[in-house]
Amino acid sequence: MERGKLVEWLVTPGDYVRRGDVMATVDTEKTVMEVESFEDGVIAELLAAPGETLAVGAPMARITPTPATVTATPVTAPAGIPVAQAEVEAEREHTTPSPGAGTPSATPPVRRLARGLGLDLTRITGTGRGGHVTRADVERAAARQRHDAGSVRPVRISPRARRLAGELGIDATTVAGTGPRGAVTGEDVLRAAREKEPADVDDRPGAPRGPGPVTAPAPAPPDTGQRATALRRRIGTLMSRSKKTIPHYYLGTTIDLQAAVAWMHAVNAQRSVSARLVPAALLLKACALAARQVPEVNGFYTEARFRPSQAVHLGVAVALREGGLVAPAIHDADTLTVDQLMERLRDVVTRARTGHLRRAEIADPTLTVTALGELGVDTVYGVIYPPQVALVGFGRVRERPWAQDGMLAVRQSVTATLSADHRVSDGLRGGCFLDLVDEMLQRPEDL
Amino acid sequence: METTYREAMRTAIREALLQDDRVFLMGEDVGAYGGCFAVSLGLFEEFGPERVRDTPLSESAFVGAGIGAALNGMRPIVEIMTVNFSLLALDQIVNNAATLLHMSGGQFNVPLVIRMTTGAGRQLGAQHSHSLEGWFAHVPGLRILTPATVEDARGMLWTALEDPDPVLIFEHGSLYNLSGELAEDAGPVDIHAAAVRREGGDVSLITYGGTLPLTLEAADRLAAEGIEAEVLDLRTLRPLDDAAILATVVKTHRAVVVDEGWRSGSLSAEISARITESAFYELDAPVARVCSAEVPIPYARDLELAALPSAERVVAAAREAVGGGG
Amino acid sequence: MNEHEARAAVYAATSQVAPDVETQGLDDRSRLRQDLELDSLDFLALVEHLARHAGVDVPEGDYGRVGTVASLIAYVAEHA
Repeated sequence: MERGKLVEWLVTPGDYVRRGDVMATVDTEKTVMEVESFEDGVIAELLAAPGETLAVGAPMARITPTPATVTATPVTAPAGIPVAQAEVEAEREHTTPSPGAGTPSATPPVRRLARGLGLDLTRITGTGRGGHVTRADVERAAARQRHDAGSVRPVRISPRARRLAGELGIDATTVAGTGPRGAVTGEDVLRAAREKEPADVDDRPGAPRGPGPVTAPAPAPPDTGQRATALRRRIGTLMSRSKKTIPHYYLGTTIDLQAAVAWMHAVNAQRSVSARLVPAALLLKACALAARQVPEVNGFYTEARFRPSQAVHLGVAVALREGGLVAPAIHDADTLTVDQLMERLRDVVTRARTGHLRRAEIADPTLTVTALGELGVDTVYGVIYPPQVALVGFGRVRERPWAQDGMLAVRQSVTATLSADHRVSDGLRGGCFLDLVDEMLQRPEDL
Repeated sequence: METTYREAMRTAIREALLQDDRVFLMGEDVGAYGGCFAVSLGLFEEFGPERVRDTPLSESAFVGAGIGAALNGMRPIVEIMTVNFSLLALDQIVNNAATLLHMSGGQFNVPLVIRMTTGAGRQLGAQHSHSLEGWFAHVPGLRILTPATVEDARGMLWTALEDPDPVLIFEHGSLYNLSGELAEDAGPVDIHAAAVRREGGDVSLITYGGTLPLTLEAADRLAAEGIEAEVLDLRTLRPLDDAAILATVVKTHRAVVVDEGWRSGSLSAEISARITESAFYELDAPVARVCSAEVPIPYARDLELAALPSAERVVAAAREAVGGGG
Repeated sequence: MNEHEARAAVYAATSQVAPDVETQGLDDRSRLRQDLELDSLDFLALVEHLARHAGVDVPEGDYGRVGTVASLIAYVAEHA
């Protein structure tokens, strides 16, 4: 996740918030989630408006420690604005044309300076003794000339801004610059790109907004459709990156689930509906335990090296009913009991579907598991979520013919696959992982 | 352990003399007098005149002798009092030490280490105050080191001695009294990578040697204004750590090069060129440079200060680069 | 519970679990998993909803008997 769109504020300035309180909801690349306060304090100022797209880490609000400081510290406008205005005023004063007349006198060096700058001495008003044109007068005139030329303002655009503008389809000459001498910087272009994105469904085709180029925004589809389209595009981007950068290899094995399913039925028979287990809980637990023993599948590949993770945060691929999927994390899945894991699974899936995931849940799975096969297919060949290094797929749990000890039987089974990053592991270690999953599922009571 | 740059350097020389009997130190007044900057104080008494050798005032002769000793299996450490005087040995350094491996078809390495003081700021006048390390960094066949911290003063020498080819170590005169915390077990350090001395995301301040302290001070002041500067200490001027320079510029999109050398034809020019060559499309502002005024370094205190890079000038250049300087 | 009440209970549970499913005019032959795309957790939530609001407990052993909207309505009508 790199940026998110602020959906709504749940606090207003003056509200007291505690660390962990939900302050806002943000629509990210994958889902809508809640933003929590990292501090105790009072909301002094909201820095972003609903509809605005923000980079991760961008300030959203200012929180001050106590109510006293809110009044003590006036809310300051972003530095630079008053300064810039002051400078404009000063420049105007400088360049107020003073009506001038008379034959100018000037020393030879000043004449040479004027000639060098292409200035006509007779058009410069001298402020020296007897209307004498001084060096300062010439320099002011030169500044004025530059300023006048500014009305056909040559736009300064940084190389990075130019590149980003090209990539994002932004006309950089229409972007307000905040860089050195008003140059358009990369940040300015990124901001313009964010503003250009349809902010909400109120965007009507052809309605020009602000000083930007008059380009008709795409017709706004209904909200869910639009969100699904955006989600689809983002999944596309992420998965393309995965397939471009990660050398995937795939392993698969069919696992006998007779014992696991029988155990689960026995447990569920004793329980009320709300406490029942689903096979996915057992599969997840087995993966979490196996990941602890095969660290090559659990962690992140960043900056050209693999950083294994001590903790096992299992990403659970959740299909959204309007299309698309998210994979929020169940933290420290290896340390949870099957019942706890089941509870977390239900909780996280429900919240993923209602759009109330927390930032950490989206950001940090160390290994993702998908059980897409529930709806029918036997085998899932997954695409790894970068920067993770593996994805485990489970097909449909169902009865299959099973040969064992020279006999043919009908047993519950599932096909487990592993997609893994060849930069980090080889088939042997990947195979170890699937073997361990298999082994653990034979002893469901120990999970 | 609290120590100074000078003591760290002395510890490094002493350790080298103890560990390898092929190592010896020679230069003007390094023996009985203890070194013009007191780096070798006490070593003459400890190791005797064979291994801590006073030389006549002829840089060409004693650097040449060092090259000869290195060719014959010794590991000489040659001290030249200041970089200005190294020009008297330029022929030996550039035409002999740097070229022999190449010209002998790879037969003769020159495992020589030359240490010298560089830089201004102590009212020693134009004869003793210039920063010419950028010149030496121009020459293939030499490795150029600029320790700027007590760790590097302590650790670079041994690694340099292990290098089979000539290594020049530039010690900025203003750093000798720099004190800092040094681990009890501090030892050799690498001599190929630049080091990020402070992390930041808004602008990269790229420097080395004597200007590191003022650059870090500038970064502190910028932080007070809300500008987070990253400070990159190059450590090695040849070969330059291109990857580190690129990485910081890609991160911040703005660079200010701080170099006490003169601006024209300088190392700062080289760094600026490399940034535009390899990271042009990452830049949000022109690469800025803070260098010494293009005059022989003045003797008078105020004039000398006015000629040299200062934290104020670095702050101003960084502000300009981020767009806050108008 | 008569068939009408059972239908209302099943529709209410379905709307809760899968708000996008239009229960008006829902084909009784729709299969819960394949056609309504309920996964095991959705199905569990559906069963839980029926237990809480209609008082019908569908034990796991009977899951196979309630694969379609029609069979679920019939099951609820029978067991409530």
